[in-house]
Amino acid sequence: MRVPILKQQDFLIASVQVGLTDAEWQHLRDDLSAKVGEFRSFGVIVDISSLDVLDSYATRTLRSIAYITALRGAKTVIVGIQPAVAYSMVRLGLSLENIETALDLEDGLAILSAAREGGAGAE
Amino acid sequence: MGNGTASEADSGSITQELVSNFKRERESLRRQWVEQMTAHDYLAGLGPEEIESESATIYDTCVGCLETGSYEGAEKYAMRMAERGVLRGMTTEQIIGGLLVLRDVYGRSLFRWYQQDMQKLYSALDTYEPVANTILAIVALAFIEERERVVKQQQEAIRELSTPVLQVRDKMLVLPIIGMIDSQRARQLTEQLLVAVKENRAKVVIVDVTGVPAVDSKVANHLLQTIDAVRLMGARAIITGLSPDVAQALVSIGVDVARFNAVGNLQGGIEEADRILGYKIVIGTD
Repeated sequence: MRVPILKQQDFLIASVQVGLTDAEWQHLRDDLSAKVGEFRSFGVIVDISSLDVLDSYATRTLRSIAYITALRGAKTVIVGIQPAVAYSMVRLGLSLENIETALDLEDGLAILSAAREGGAGAE
Repeated sequence: MGNGTASEADSGSITQELVSNFKRERESLRRQWVEQMTAHDYLAGLGPEEIESESATIYDTCVGCLETGSYEGAEKYAMRMAERGVLRGMTTEQIIGGLLVLRDVYGRSLFRWYQQDMQKLYSALDTYEPVANTILAIVALAFIEERERVVKQQQEAIRELSTPVLQVRDKMLVLPIIGMIDSQRARQLTEQLLVAVKENRAKVVIVDVTGVPAVDSKVANHLLQTIDAVRLMGARAIITGLSPDVAQALVSIGVDVARFNAVGNLQGGIEEADRILGYKIVIGTD
């Protein structure tokens, strides 16, 4: 079951609806990496607002996604970490340091748009 | 009237004699007691009827203990009185002081009755004193326990003060924390805060710890976890109200104070938050 990735102009949006297995997380990472290159996307949003649990493997993979896509020229925003998930993560010491986060899709897109304006320069 | 040492039968009869003396002189002794208490100002806050009835009950209870050898009556009354005394705001001095005066009134009667007969006087004192002291101890303990119970309740209430998370501007929340923070309270506050971030779509959260009396490394860790969790939800946390002493103490323990994103006081914190959110405060011209 692969996570569908939607293209919105030069952003990619992956919305994780259900808990993923380790393999599925890897697939998501590989898919996003490929598509960023294919569409020369500026930004990636991974929406995990449907998840009420985020284990260490998932956290590591989200981190990889952010780093890999950055290496391929895109900025990633993780959106929708729920209060209970955020709290468990900090209690367990799982961190997403240096990775942009936002409350939801709307805020995530706003961040990406602002980043794009900021870096666009003369167009 | 006996000579020589008191025997079992004597002490039994001395007890009965004391009891009947106390009962006979009830009114005058009780009145004497009330007068002395008034002179010491132990009866402030009590109405005359109450003084009458309570003093009578106490007097009778004490004599009853002497008579029956059982302190159950005193214990029951002590508990009742303790609850009422504390609730009515009577002081320890009033309660204990009042009883000590009664003890003296009883004691001096013994001297008055038996001053001609030292043996009998000693015998009477031997009978009377343990009873008086036990009653006093019962009442004092009951009173103190009740006091401590109330203090504990109040402490609990303060600890559980559920601080509301307040929205002061669009996307800006303030969480003022009052009182001690332990792990349980920290968890409750953090969860409350995170839910508020989500519901209010907040971008900046100011956590003010001016009202937290002791910020040690454990509390600092709780705050750091809160800061991290807030960030995971796309918002920023500013800690305000850390006094210079506390900051210094935390630094010396090795806490990374930079991660606190701390501003001295709440006002400064709100100004910083305004800056982050792009608010400008302008003085209106009228």
